Amino acid sequence: MARSGTAKRVTRTATVPEKIPIRLTVNGNHMELTVAPWTTLLDALRDHLDLTGTKKGCDHGQCGACTVLVDGRRINSCLTLAVMKQGAEIVTIEGLAQDGELHPLQQAFIDHDAFQCGYCTSGQICSAAGLIAEGKAKTADEIRELMSGNICRCGAYPNIVAAIQQAMERS
Amino acid sequence: MTPFQYARANDVADAIKQIATDPSAKFIAGGTNLIDLIKYDVEGPSRLIDISHLPLRSIEPTSAGGVLIGAMVPNTDLAYHPLIEGRYPLLSRAILSGASQQLRNMASTGGNLLQRTRCFYYYDTATPCNKREPGSGCSAIDGVNRINAILGTSEACIATHPSDMCVALAALEATVHVTGPAGARTIAFADFHRLPGNTPQRDTNLEPDEIITAIELPPKGFSANYSYLKIRDRLSYAFALVSVAAALELDGDTIKEARLALGGVAHKPWRSSAAEAALLGQRADATAFAKAADWLLHGAKGYGHNNFKIGLARRAIIRTLDQAARGTPQSNSDKKIR
Ligand SMILES: Cc1cc2nc3c(=O)[nH]c(=O)nc-3n(C[C@H](O)[C@H](O)[C@H](O)COP(=O)(O)OP(=O)(O)OC[C@H]3O[C@@H](n4cnc5c(N)ncnc54)[C@H](O)[C@@H]3O)c2cc1C
Ligand code: SF4
Ligand code: FES
Ligand code: FES
Repeated sequence: MARSGTAKRVTRTATVPEKIPIRLTVNGNHMELTVAPWTTLLDALRDHLDLTGTKKGCDHGQCGACTVLVDGRRINSCLTLAVMKQGAEIVTIEGLAQDGELHPLQQAFIDHDAFQCGYCTSGQICSAAGLIAEGKAKTADEIRELMSGNICRCGAYPNIVAAIQQAMERS
Repeated sequence: MTPFQYARANDVADAIKQIATDPSAKFIAGGTNLIDLIKYDVEGPSRLIDISHLPLRSIEPTSAGGVLIGAMVPNTDLAYHPLIEGRYPLLSRAILSGASQQLRNMASTGGNLLQRTRCFYYYDTATPCNKREPGSGCSAIDGVNRINAILGTSEACIATHPSDMCVALAALEATVHVTGPAGARTIAFADFHRLPGNTPQRDTNLEPDEIITAIELPPKGFSANYSYLKIRDRLSYAFALVSVAAALELDGDTIKEARLALGGVAHKPWRSSAAEAALLGQRADATAFAKAADWLLHGAKGYGHNNFKIGLARRAIIRTLDQAARGTPQSNSDKKIR
């Protein structure tokens, strides 16, 4: 097995790993930052770039609150190392509105009251943007299945599905 | 997270060279399992060698009539590829029943094979676990073992392998292509994962200095009669309690060839040649399916909380074989089991 299971940990003396400079395009803006190798994309966005719209729910890939688009695809930013995304194009909830106009998904979430506390919402909307780009979901059942990576503890699911259906019809 | 160094591998040879020079380094591909385990302090690599940019991303037909899948192909790309959807729909369905779309976008083909167990105690560093800390004991055997194995267990470990994709790959008899310092070799899927025995810390027969480069599918895809049925605590985004991959070749209603693999019940996707042989030449009906289920579950043993898995698996096997024979595979979005 490739390294796994080797519970014995090597005691590390001295050398703290060096920070690494990276370039990212975030919401169309060219960004240069220097991060530790273990900095997740989520922490880089929130703590280094002050883009706190992306939320940290579980930090373990289990809730979807941290969903962002990387090179057009939705991923969990909490399980992504920033250093591995050198040169990538990132879109977060802050980058969806254009010229002061809400993104159709943002408008649809308001129209359908598709949130309560709002903590999952930026992840839901970014995930739905990925879903629409993928073009694999047509029915409500398919939307539910392909949105299952976004948990809403307030249980706004029926309205979330309705909002996504509205945005889909208009896109 | 515990600090680690980071380096990118330029090519396969460079990746092997880098891992050989640092025994406490690990490869990272999609990161969906490894980053999680580092956060829980279950893994503590000194260095991550990033193989995610290696040019192992193609899905190509082979001269033998099969398909060669690069180890870095994301799970979604594999599931939706026309060659796979068309000729190996069992594999597509199994992949799409695992994790979430976000995770499938990140997870790699090679990494999926090497994901570690979801046994609660493996993740909980405050408890003994022979897989995490060899010799410390197994907390699951007398503990909360609802999700643990019923087949192929040992006194040292009753963990399951959590992958869905691997259950389909086992049924399809895929081959794993690996490369190490001594060169390239192939491993039959059945020989890739191991049973726990006395060395539960080793999940697979891949050597620590080897890298998976590709998975090869043989020509036969069973695209007419197949089904993947996954039973879990939630209707989506949950690991299998029991899953079944069934693939049949029929001549009228007589079974000419059968493949059957179980997930969520053992340390590796579980197959039995006796179960598959028992189906050959039989009419595809409930009697034959029940016999096959009994063979496949031969020797199954519960540990308390997971006793229910034996009956559940038996019913799931019969149902999945029936779905395969009828040519009505289980849908991933319509959750009714018909
Ligand atoms: C919340 C959650 C739910 C999930 N649900 C499911 C589910 O229902 N079904 C399911 O099947 N899976 C599920 N998964 C697991 C997921 O499928 C795996 O984590 C994923 O497939 C691992 O692939 P990766 O590329 O991200 O691996 P990584 O995390 O990058 O690597 C995993 C291991 O493999 C090694 N490795 C990776 N690639 C190679 C290679 N080419 N050669 C040698 N070594 C390599 C790494 O060193 C590491 O030890 C879930 C995961 C999460 C977080
Ligand atoms: S079943 Fe295996 S992984 Fe779980 S506690 Fe026992 S030894 Fe550890
Ligand atoms: S914070 Fe990333 S999935 Fe929960
Ligand atoms: S609106 Fe509260 S978690 Fe979804």
